[in-house]
Amino acid sequence: MTNLIASLQAHLRTVVVLCFVLLGLVAGSSLLIDTHHAHTWVEQHVPFFWSFFGFGAAAVIIGVARWFGRSGIQAPTDFYARPTSTPCEED
Amino acid sequence: MASSFIHPSLLLILGALLLPFIQGPLRKPYLFLVPFLALCAVVLNTSLTGNFATISFLDWHLVLGRVDKLSTVFALIMALMAVLGTLYGLHVDRAGEHMAAWFYAAGSLGVIYSGDYLSLFLFWEMMAFSSVFLIWFRRGKQSLPVGYRYLLIHTIGGIILLAGILLRYQAVGNITFDLMDVAHPQLYTWLIMIGFGLNAAMVPLHSWLPEAYSEASFNGAVFLCAFTTKTAVYALARSCAGMDLLVVLGVTMALYGVIYAVMENDIRKLLAWSIVSQVGYMVAGIGIGTDLAINGAVAHAVVHILYKSLLFMGTGSVLYMTGKTKFTELGGLFGKMPATFFFTLIGCLSISAAPCFAAYVSKSMIITAGFESHLNWASWLLMLGATGTFMYNGLKLPYFLFFGPNNCSQETWQRAGDPSWNMLIAMTLGSTLCLLVGIAPGFLYALLPYNVDYSPYTLYHLAETLQLLGFAALAFFLLKKYVEPLDRICLDVDWLYRRAGCGFLWLVKVPLQWGDTAWGEAYRVVGLSSLMTLSGFWSWFDWHAIDGVVDGIARSVRSLGGKVRILQSGQIQLTLYYAFSLAAILFVTFIFFRLL
Repeated sequence: MTNLIASLQAHLRTVVVLCFVLLGLVAGSSLLIDTHHAHTWVEQHVPFFWSFFGFGAAAVIIGVARWFGRSGIQAPTDFYARPTSTPCEED
Repeated sequence: MASSFIHPSLLLILGALLLPFIQGPLRKPYLFLVPFLALCAVVLNTSLTGNFATISFLDWHLVLGRVDKLSTVFALIMALMAVLGTLYGLHVDRAGEHMAAWFYAAGSLGVIYSGDYLSLFLFWEMMAFSSVFLIWFRRGKQSLPVGYRYLLIHTIGGIILLAGILLRYQAVGNITFDLMDVAHPQLYTWLIMIGFGLNAAMVPLHSWLPEAYSEASFNGAVFLCAFTTKTAVYALARSCAGMDLLVVLGVTMALYGVIYAVMENDIRKLLAWSIVSQVGYMVAGIGIGTDLAINGAVAHAVVHILYKSLLFMGTGSVLYMTGKTKFTELGGLFGKMPATFFFTLIGCLSISAAPCFAAYVSKSMIITAGFESHLNWASWLLMLGATGTFMYNGLKLPYFLFFGPNNCSQETWQRAGDPSWNMLIAMTLGSTLCLLVGIAPGFLYALLPYNVDYSPYTLYHLAETLQLLGFAALAFFLLKKYVEPLDRICLDVDWLYRRAGCGFLWLVKVPLQWGDTAWGEAYRVVGLSSLMTLSGFWSWFDWHAIDGVVDGIARSVRSLGGKVRILQSGQIQLTLYYAFSLAAILFVTFIFFRLL
């Protein structure tokens, strides 16, 4: 398995092209699937809906997490040990 | 019939108590045998239905062995987990760690089989007080304070639960542990729900979980990830099914956990955040409350235990071998730890609900139940969470741990390698079960509390999942520089109670201490000197007044005695003189009074 992964890493460009082809096939095949049993209107009528949803949801989550982290949630590792962060550490 | 019920907790507790006496070559077989016997007991109990091991205590009717489909499926997975967890840590010499783990598993099984709130509460507390040792046994710099915080939070949760139980007993008049009237909740309904919810890591009562599970010992975390939250899920499914608020809380948990996991730098803390998120699905399912939703919640709890324990085994192996848990100190390990990588990848695909892997057959049940109950908003948000789960657990974890930039120090790199045989066997079993459940979910569905009319392997579901995962992966690789782990911690609501705790400490140390000092000084200056003056007066009074009277009388008596002593000189003429004189005085006095 290690050799296989090393070989894939060595042919990264081919792997990336293959992945794009695969994605295209997955998205394209969704047009052939019967969507009558889908729960909502958008699933039934918007082509490639779940492709858009997957990409959009991932992008939104990355964006929100980055904004949240940068807004002060991500703190230095010694945050709770720093003298100014907590009054109980002052002494 | 009643005698055929064997309580697995009893086997685990007895096994734990005897463990220190089992030494040498017998230790490892014994370690495997005890949880295996507990699993056998649970398997034997599956043929039963009804209440067993009933005890009358005071006015109460305690049920230690309620066996039905809900308790059976949870008991089976918990007992299986006890076997896998013990096998994973088979080489750990410390008997205390195994004892703590078995008491913990016994507590969980005890809760699951309890038919009344009293025995439930006792087993509930047994879980809390035994599991803390799994944190302390890591013996890290932070283990002790983290363990105390964990214990403090669970003690508070236990008190809330107990208050709910007592209020419910006062209102209802019994302690039967069954479904509450969630349509008309009373104060006790909320308290019991909060007590269970704290153990389920409901936001905002969740912050104990990421902190404690990431700080536990490498095999302690394998136990911790399975028992506390899923036992709470069982308790919620039993008592609060259909409670609307749980849908909101569950969806919040699912998304909150995702955001924090995406930001997280510690591999085991990432998995802990993932528990918050995944338990959110179960809580939401319980809140939806339909047969399909409850089945989905239970199925997801079962598969979650399988894949999450597998993931904690994989990351635990990294910790055990390298001593590191941060992405910023690891990376590129696939060549050094190929077996660990392989098993972890199966766990990652399982949690991501990839087709043929465990969560594919369970997560969609909850989401479908949401759509069928016209809770579209909840189902859409859970789908959003599912995409996030794939991103942080299916992509971020394996990519930055086994591929990506190699941040290992020379020492870490040299130490890296696949772990011991028992750890690999445990991971093999876990992986096999994840695949088995994913490929052939029929045996899992047969165990669920309600009849299952659901098939995850439809063309539509398959196409939906492949699109979702494929394009989320595309987004991840295009935007991965924005999720690159940073050597930082993520502040959570624990900041609030740490601040509150520090505020309380400040209150005690500054104003209260000042008040106490001021009072002491005031007492010294005002109280003490007044007291001294008063004491001086009373001393004077005592000396001059009381002692004066007493001593005066004494002195008078002594003086009189001295005088009387002269009368008793022994000379008869003087004695006669005093006697006749006294008689004459008395006679004259008598005559005088008679004449008057």
